[in-house]
Amino acid sequence: MRPIEDFSNGLFRENPTFRLILGMCPALAVTTAAINGLGMGLATTFVLVCSNTIISLLRKVIPEDIRIPAYIVVISSFVTVVQLVMQGFAPELYGILGIFVPLIVVNCIILARAEAFAGKYGVVRSAADGLGMGLGFTWALTLLGAVREVIGTGSLSNTYRLFLIPQFSLKIIRGFYDPALITILAPGAFITLGLMIGLMNLLTKHR
Amino acid sequence: MDIREIMIVIISAVLINNYVLQRFLGCCPYLGVSKQLETALGMGMAVTFVMAIASAFTWIVQHYILLPLDLIFLQTIAFILVIAALVQFVELVIRKSSPTLYQALGIYLPLITTNCAVLGVAVINIRAGYGFLPSLVNGTAAAIGFTLAIILMAGIRERIELSDVPPALRGVPIALITAGLLSLAFFGFAGMVK
Repeated sequence: MRPIEDFSNGLFRENPTFRLILGMCPALAVTTAAINGLGMGLATTFVLVCSNTIISLLRKVIPEDIRIPAYIVVISSFVTVVQLVMQGFAPELYGILGIFVPLIVVNCIILARAEAFAGKYGVVRSAADGLGMGLGFTWALTLLGAVREVIGTGSLSNTYRLFLIPQFSLKIIRGFYDPALITILAPGAFITLGLMIGLMNLLTKHR
Repeated sequence: MDIREIMIVIISAVLINNYVLQRFLGCCPYLGVSKQLETALGMGMAVTFVMAIASAFTWIVQHYILLPLDLIFLQTIAFILVIAALVQFVELVIRKSSPTLYQALGIYLPLITTNCAVLGVAVINIRAGYGFLPSLVNGTAAAIGFTLAIILMAGIRERIELSDVPPALRGVPIALITAGLLSLAFFGFAGMVK
């Protein structure tokens, strides 16, 4: 089944964050807590699936020479949809993600998939590819956010608070662990992601 | 807008809130084209050129088209189109007017459309409520900050090439860790401007 292969491709083998090294800006900027990574990842997934589907449908109509501007218009329309929906239904998350919501337009993953995949293959395969890439991006960002949040604050309470279960948090750690605040600041983002990609390399390539 | 205010905007955009190292804007080209000093310099110059013009144009679009026509919700689409068109236009002009400059910058120009620092600075200018001149200054200074960061990075990466890095960390991971240390160094500038 090719669509299933296309789907699983983005999850692990060609994971956008850990393997293709695409979409670094949001991956570094919004992952101060697991929930922010999750929100960003899902927003990107929505845009990726929609834009891949539409671009795949239009691939025979769009002239070769102006395909990039055409792709960008499609992508930015869906980003505007996400922006308005998030502003209406998740204003807290919109506030945290801030400028990085409109910047989903220039997330290289989306244009790269449009160019490398949706412009060449059928609708079902392109949608599957978009979903796989999006969810691969989502789990990478959530994991990165969780690692940074736990090391940096000693708990996942920021994440739990948004799920309205403040009592249930890992605060016990605070007793004997001094949070390394640096991981939720800018330098920590680069260093944590660098070490995580290194770990992924260690686990896969050098087995 | 007095000179003091302009200086604060410049220092803040270049050093304190460096767009790459503190705000994470433009990380893809930052990691992608920082392997050699020469290409890094070319990329930095191309970005500076486009970002300065883009912040002026997007300001005009926002205040003379989107605001009067009440089309703010189209901001993202309008800005990215302006930037994409601008990049194409700059490429054409440079190719016609200065072949040497085109040879130096040409291959980087198409990449700039998806450099999030360009769209980022346009959106930040609007959100910060800057006027025309501060927007232009902020855009130029942010791009100079980007150039500074990418040149520093390229210099370091040229040396890393020669050193013994653990196999799993070769390439991007060590570059990210280096960027983290650079970012830590740039923390030292915090508090320079009150």
